[in-house]
Amino acid sequence: MKWFDYQAPQSVGEAAALLAEHGERARILAGGTDLLVQMRAGRREPSLIVDVKNIPELTGIHWDTGQGLTLGAAVPCYQIAADSRVREAYPSLVEVASLIGGTQIQGRASIGGNLCNSAPSADAVPLLIALSASCKITGPNGERIVAVEDFCTGPGQNVLGRGELLVSLHFPAPRPSQGARYLRFIPRNEMDIAVVGAGVSVVLNDGHFESARVALSAVAPTPVFVREAGDALAGQPVNDESIARAAALAKQAARPISDMRGTIEYRRHLCEVLTRRALQEAVARARK
Amino acid sequence: MPNKAHVRTKINGEEIEFLCEPRQSLLECLRDIAGLTGTKEGCNDGNCGSCTVVFDGRIVPSCLVLGVEAQGREITTIEGIAEGNLLHPIQQAFLESAALQCGVCTPGFIVAAKALLDQEPDPSEERVRLWLANNLCRCTGYDKIIRAVMDAAAKRREEVPA
Repeated sequence: MKWFDYQAPQSVGEAAALLAEHGERARILAGGTDLLVQMRAGRREPSLIVDVKNIPELTGIHWDTGQGLTLGAAVPCYQIAADSRVREAYPSLVEVASLIGGTQIQGRASIGGNLCNSAPSADAVPLLIALSASCKITGPNGERIVAVEDFCTGPGQNVLGRGELLVSLHFPAPRPSQGARYLRFIPRNEMDIAVVGAGVSVVLNDGHFESARVALSAVAPTPVFVREAGDALAGQPVNDESIARAAALAKQAARPISDMRGTIEYRRHLCEVLTRRALQEAVARARK
Repeated sequence: MPNKAHVRTKINGEEIEFLCEPRQSLLECLRDIAGLTGTKEGCNDGNCGSCTVVFDGRIVPSCLVLGVEAQGREITTIEGIAEGNLLHPIQQAFLESAALQCGVCTPGFIVAAKALLDQEPDPSEERVRLWLANNLCRCTGYDKIIRAVMDAAAKRREEVPA
């Protein structure tokens, strides 16, 4: 790696000031499981690394029964998976935190970092969208809130401007009769990049879908929020037909490419299968 | 050129101080500065687990940690696993089961396996395999490693009944 300076600010304001001053030459370090790999490969050559792990807002987990969950952007996956409040309220989030990388990677990697790395195949992002999570972003012009589905703008690109950083992710409190699930297809059992991923969340009411959200990864330049699939479920009875219609809409929304992990046709097929299965499993959870 | 950073940290229970470049990984600092060459470099991108160390109570790939991040933290490496001249039961089990050939992956496996058994004394085989999925071995085919960890867990449970 080339020479760089290292700073570990203690506050969001201090971090934002460093980022504003150094612009494109600065990169944020949380777990480093993407950044340091990219730097060694020569894909990024920052002259300043801003380590955000000493900033309380980025490293805390706050739960409130009414308000929901606020997850610091740099909280490592293992801490999310070990938090009893998160385990109780968002089991699907615990599953995602337990399938990114392996044990050692989960000791470092964060959900916020997964989002900011903005890979089309990011495992956490479809579920964040399905759970209606939003991003708290701070920068030189103050604070703004961005829905996760509006965060990524292209492979490795997102809405963060000069001097801005992702502070935390907010998840609304789960509703009674809500269930969520992320499923991905990989040819191995673990430690692999998704060929396709599908994240869904459903709220049931008296045998019907009250609302639903569906999102996909690895089938477009950014994670895809398939709003129409969720809308098609709202008000419909919970049965194989309604789920199959939503899965077909997910397939239609996919704009994949062919690469070493799968062809366009294969990925489109997977969108339908994974969306259907994820919906079925989310329904089963909502009924518990 | 930026200045070197002064780092004060605790490695295997011992307070140490060193100077490092911000771009040096914890792995490089352990091996090249602290002289602790038990931790191995495999892939240097977080896939293989050879460089596993315990960092503030959690196993991490030391190739994906900067040396400067060690400031104020506590680190355990393979050198801190044995108790004096007495091998740790996992180390003993690796020898008895012939769970190593070339040995490059072994320190990472032992550090990772110990972390699991410290928190879960009676893991299932599936749990052990999943926990160790971030550790790659190109010699043994894994079976002997998994057996060694299961044997060590059983032995420890006999010695320290729950």
